[in-house]
Amino acid sequence: MNRRPRLTAVAAGLALVTVPVLAGCGTESTAQSGDASRSLTVSSTDDACDVSAAEAPAGTLTFQIANEGSSTTEFYLLAEDGLRIVGEVENIGTGATNTLTVNAEAGTYVVACKPGMTGDGIRSGFTVTESDEAPEVSETDQQLVDRAVANYGAYVDDQAGQLLEQTQEFVDLYTAGDDDAARALYPVARTHWERIETVAESFGDLDPKMDLREADLEPGQEWTGWHKIEKDLWPDEAVDYTPLTDAERQTYADDLMANTQELFDRVSADDFTVELDQIANGSRGLLEEVAVGKITGEEEIWSHTDLWDFQANVDGARVAFEGVQPIVEDNDPELASELATRFDDLQALLDAQRDGDGFVLYTELTDAEVKELSTAVNALSEPLSRLTAAVV
Amino acid sequence: MTTSSTPTPGTGRARFSRRGLLGGGVAVAGVAGAFATGRGTAEAAGSDPTGPAAYAFRGEHQAGIATPVQDRLHFAAFDVTTDDRDELVSLLTDWTEAAERMTAGHGAGPVGPVEGDPLLPPDDTGEAIGLPPSRLTITIGFGPTLFRTADGTDRFGLADRRPAVLEELPHFPADVLDEALSGGDLCVQACADDPQVAVHAVRNLARIGFGRAEVRWSQLGFGRTSSTSTTQDTARNLFGFKDGTANVKVEEDHALDDQVWVGADDDTGAGWMTGGTYLVARRINMTIEVWDRQPLADQEAFIGRDKGEGAPLGATDEFDEPDFDAVTGTEPTIPVDAHVRVVHPDFHGGARMLRRGYNFVDGTDKLGGLNAGLFFIAFVRDPDTQFVPVQNAMAKNDAMMEYLRFTSSALFAVPPGAGDGEFIGQALFA
Repeated sequence: MNRRPRLTAVAAGLALVTVPVLAGCGTESTAQSGDASRSLTVSSTDDACDVSAAEAPAGTLTFQIANEGSSTTEFYLLAEDGLRIVGEVENIGTGATNTLTVNAEAGTYVVACKPGMTGDGIRSGFTVTESDEAPEVSETDQQLVDRAVANYGAYVDDQAGQLLEQTQEFVDLYTAGDDDAARALYPVARTHWERIETVAESFGDLDPKMDLREADLEPGQEWTGWHKIEKDLWPDEAVDYTPLTDAERQTYADDLMANTQELFDRVSADDFTVELDQIANGSRGLLEEVAVGKITGEEEIWSHTDLWDFQANVDGARVAFEGVQPIVEDNDPELASELATRFDDLQALLDAQRDGDGFVLYTELTDAEVKELSTAVNALSEPLSRLTAAVV
Repeated sequence: MTTSSTPTPGTGRARFSRRGLLGGGVAVAGVAGAFATGRGTAEAAGSDPTGPAAYAFRGEHQAGIATPVQDRLHFAAFDVTTDDRDELVSLLTDWTEAAERMTAGHGAGPVGPVEGDPLLPPDDTGEAIGLPPSRLTITIGFGPTLFRTADGTDRFGLADRRPAVLEELPHFPADVLDEALSGGDLCVQACADDPQVAVHAVRNLARIGFGRAEVRWSQLGFGRTSSTSTTQDTARNLFGFKDGTANVKVEEDHALDDQVWVGADDDTGAGWMTGGTYLVARRINMTIEVWDRQPLADQEAFIGRDKGEGAPLGATDEFDEPDFDAVTGTEPTIPVDAHVRVVHPDFHGGARMLRRGYNFVDGTDKLGGLNAGLFFIAFVRDPDTQFVPVQNAMAKNDAMMEYLRFTSSALFAVPPGAGDGEFIGQALFA
């Protein structure tokens, strides 16, 4: 099945030089760019992430991260979307120092320290400016694959960590009876679930406990998880609904937290990996989630916050695609460019439905708007169905 | 695109070719003769086992018009979702190639339903594996909105090539149109003797279209309501009456040129339509249950023909000319509001249509009544003179209108056939 020519140049984006970063372990590097403006220092404390400069010229950048806080930290360089990981070091112990070396093209990025190694971290913008010295870096076939796999694994870790933190916040509000605040956080916290939904679903025992919809219950099956709580928070459209008691709330909140912790533990385990074909299939799978659940308004039948899930599925699909994009660009440049365009088209339609920090409710969409979104999902899904064959 | 196929466990098995599976019982001989003109031969009745097994997609005119009408229909209207002229051309090119393959009994794509890379979705969906071509025809048309959108945008630089008569049909009395089921930038009429073959064709063309075109609405027809060949029996509509007795027939060369095919001088601003035609599509719901309670004599008076033979009232044979001057007692033998009189060419300057409609039943409505009727398709050289006045007369005077509701309406320009190496409608883009 080797139809992929040997890769001789990186097509776009960022390339790690020296040893590729592997998920689950930090990378120590002694590589130096020799240019002071490309050598940055980072001070990670419990409440700050101070980078010595907010911009650097394109080329080989080194970030020397000193953990000056009281808990183990991580450092990330993220793409402009704040989702896709382009380089990271984990497990920097208190008082320790580690170095991230990346080859960065001009563009806008996000840097983040993550003291305690959960949540979305302490973030700030970072700009890489144009430079004549930006080197072309050759990567072998295998290096590209390794990098894609490592970065996607780190992305799943990262999202599971944020899910864990925000789910805790959510169930705290819910069990305290602060329903308005819980309702506001519900779609936001779920975003992290939906971004890695295909990975979460690969744990067949956890998914039904966490994300089952009432309509999908089998006779005699106990209903737990997000949507159980969703119905309790949005009971207006429920017929003959008896609100959960405080004790019941606590039970279902504890159950959701325990399962979320279990999910986090599994994806953080050293032996957890997402292989290349799984990344590509996951991208397609996330769009299928949109096509069957979100575009129909069936996922969030009580809260109608389907567009948050929609966006999160698209985020996840896009991150997966962009992670393997250098490989696709080498094997099938036409497909790579078609996919990039179709992602943009779909995102433009979603952006039109933004309302404040979130989205309008599904029930506020007109039939024509739903059809328009569906058309864009179809337009993207068709080339996406060819992604796996183009990367493996 | 990565299309190279790789060794798989399935390698070595025979390629599925629908045509290759044709048994000796189906006459493939004679196909060439039918292909030569792009039209059926006199022997080529839709249900006639001695007719040709397949019709060529390419020819002077598109197939599926002056072709003996097949038994089943899947009709689909599409919205073009790109604004890029090159993508529209690529869509029509891809459709042409797929249509040529499918009408010959092959898969929609060059690889096949089960022969391709296991990591890729197949380029044919597979439900027609083992089925013969089933006389499939695929007829493609262009709606007014392809040339200029409802808000006036000329997306493809085609506005000045729009035929003058290609406009949205006017509102007619008794129209209760669902806009979502009307109009469209493109249409595909797929007719075949096997419904699975017709559905397979539309489904695969829709799949090929994603990102460039999307289905706007579609309609299945389970049985032909008219005959387009003298060799075919006249079919019955869901009122139980023979329909289309006086239809333009494929054997009437003169009538086809006079009434169906657009002539070179018809519209000098749209010369690309020469050899093409216009397709009128109207979904006509019948209030079946109410109709069924009408006395036989009333039903026959509404239609103007007897129900058994289909003969005009006062005559004995289906193909007898109706005598509109005949009087029974003090009343006209064929009532003044009888359907056959209201729409007869004698009262419309000799205007006729080539009708290719189908009966449909889309399940039942909320009240338990059949959601059924006639999906009317007519091909005419000029809709303004051959369809609009007839529909207006019908709406105003026809006794049958009481039992009809028009729920969908569309007009398409059907370009001439594609020659070798051409895509359908190529002259429009020249």
